[in-house]
Amino acid sequence: MTNSISDIVEADVLLVVGSNTTETHPVLSLQMKAAVRKHGARLILLDPRRIELAGFAYLHLRNRPGSDIAVINAMVNVIIAEGLQDRSFIEARTENYPTLAAAVEGWTPERAERISGVAAEDIIQAARLYAEANAAAIFWAMGITQHTSGTDNVKALSNLALLCGQIGRPGTGLNPLRGQNNVQGACDMGGLPNVLPGYQAVTSEEVRRKFAVGWGIDFDRLSPKPGLTVTEIMDGILEGRIKGLFILGENPMLSDPNLNHVERALGEVEFLVAQDIFVNETGAMADVVLPGVSFAEKLGTFTSTERRVQLVRPAIEPPANARQDWEIILDLARRMGANWSYTGPGAIFDEMARLTPQYAGMSHERLEGGGLQWPCPTADHPGTPILHVEKFTRGLGLFSPVEYTPPAEITDEAYPFVLSTGRVLFHWHGGTLSRRSPGLDALAPQAEVEVHPEDAVSLGVTSGMPVRVSSRRGSVVAAVQVTRRSPPGTVFMTFHYAEAATNLLTSDAVDPVAKIPEYKVSAVRLEALPEVVLQ
Amino acid sequence: MLHADRLVHTTCPYCGVGCQIDLHLHDGVIFRVAGRYDNKVNFGNLCVKGRFGYDYVHSPDRLDTPLIRHRRRAEPQPSGWDEALDLVAGRLEAIRREHGPESIAVLVSAKCTNEENYLLQKLARAVIGTNSVDHCARL
Ligand code: SF4
Repeated sequence: MTNSISDIVEADVLLVVGSNTTETHPVLSLQMKAAVRKHGARLILLDPRRIELAGFAYLHLRNRPGSDIAVINAMVNVIIAEGLQDRSFIEARTENYPTLAAAVEGWTPERAERISGVAAEDIIQAARLYAEANAAAIFWAMGITQHTSGTDNVKALSNLALLCGQIGRPGTGLNPLRGQNNVQGACDMGGLPNVLPGYQAVTSEEVRRKFAVGWGIDFDRLSPKPGLTVTEIMDGILEGRIKGLFILGENPMLSDPNLNHVERALGEVEFLVAQDIFVNETGAMADVVLPGVSFAEKLGTFTSTERRVQLVRPAIEPPANARQDWEIILDLARRMGANWSYTGPGAIFDEMARLTPQYAGMSHERLEGGGLQWPCPTADHPGTPILHVEKFTRGLGLFSPVEYTPPAEITDEAYPFVLSTGRVLFHWHGGTLSRRSPGLDALAPQAEVEVHPEDAVSLGVTSGMPVRVSSRRGSVVAAVQVTRRSPPGTVFMTFHYAEAATNLLTSDAVDPVAKIPEYKVSAVRLEALPEVVLQ
Repeated sequence: MLHADRLVHTTCPYCGVGCQIDLHLHDGVIFRVAGRYDNKVNFGNLCVKGRFGYDYVHSPDRLDTPLIRHRRRAEPQPSGWDEALDLVAGRLEAIRREHGPESIAVLVSAKCTNEENYLLQKLARAVIGTNSVDHCARL
């Protein structure tokens, strides 16, 4: 997030795109609700589904899945056509405006209506609301990044914010909502194939020299070649290029798109190691499983979606023979010839902070006094609640026009429904944790597929009936839930259930830049299964 | 009514909001979780996961020994730490010698701490020599 959770209530307009915030980020959604109910903010929802936030929305733009760019480009078109853009902000803080203006010229609201199904007048109204607000904030989540056009979706939103100067002040900004608790931190720490900690490029010689010195190793040990993404790693195994895979605390067997492909890859890799607190579906395939510890047994830090670094403190004893995850990694490194020594997580943090500019001013001691938001460059810096106040990281904000591309997989006679996937409130990602909490599992115990009443009639199904959901890649059985949440022609499933792993169905077409798989749009067919009895 | 013999201030492990919580402990068991007020994140609030989703920590299914599978599809056998770590280090070294560092990939975790993720990517880059480091949260 460029902004903070605590300044959401200062927004006059909230534009929420592809985020089912009340279910995926419930406590953050309380601030959105407070902005609407207590402070009179207007919420614009751009989402195909009638999610709970729709009840708080001033305007709900129910677009066809995968058509966000058409709607956003049309909003930009309207703002420029009506002269509502922030000319002084564009002049002082941005570049490439003429290119954007030329690119959206053809994106009339009427054209966007034909593609997205959203009424042209609603698009016009949304554009005016956003542009004329004193402070307007944009939020998004997996709903827009899980498309082949995901990176472009984010650029489209960024164009909109720059155009109206809705950035760098309280209640504004571009706010991606990170899913799992430490996605932000995993990225910050260099858990990406092209960057070292602090988003410092592996291709830069200067960066590699700095880390070689910091780590006390020969400069030429650090590879200048960007590595493979998780999707490419799975392909690499099947192509025979990747022989060894080490997985820490993740379950790609459930969270990867196109599960058959992942299962084949994990079955084929020469040597697979999993370090986790349970033997999940991935661990069950591993050659070696190493027992780490849970969050309640360790010291360390998580970085939240608002870039806030906060302490995790040990509260209980781990199971007898489990070991601290950092000690396991340290022991492995030593066995492989490294001379590392750390007294504990605090010392690891200190080394990381010396090499990571955003974290340079932080330490466990400072964090004892409360979380700090990066960048925090020096030991007396208070942290940064709002990014891009005076200038952007790159200097001027760059307009990058984007074109609408239809989803990679389209429906046809054999697979007439669009399948969209996501989470429900009560479960977390692969379900390894929450499905072992009996209280949570009782609230949402079986896999369900949401079907619109019109489609339910034509399929001859009612709530609770089992159906087979099939795509071009596989099929699963789930119980029908008839609801108006999803529009006609679209069905929705979650991926928390190992016994009906939705990702057997999903498409592994990926966004060409971010390499995020297109979970939100796959073509499927539904068949009633009158003879099957669900447990 | 159970009383806490200790409170531990920590961070909710479920989502990216990062709510601040107090774990209420009795005899080494988490029996209640409460939202903390002294922050600008959750202002005392918690959702159903953050308030009730902790049974897994005390689950009998928790893994408490390293496991080794000596052949593919064989039943995994419990092992000692030295045996397991020697095996992992030895096999990764052998793969690196035979096929080069780029034949090894590492997935860090959006559920683990910064310190653990930092250390694991350092292992991949500085010790093994591969940049094939990623995590599943793109998914
Ligand atoms: S309490 Fe709920 S909203 Fe807060 S961090 Fe935990 S899961 Fe997220």
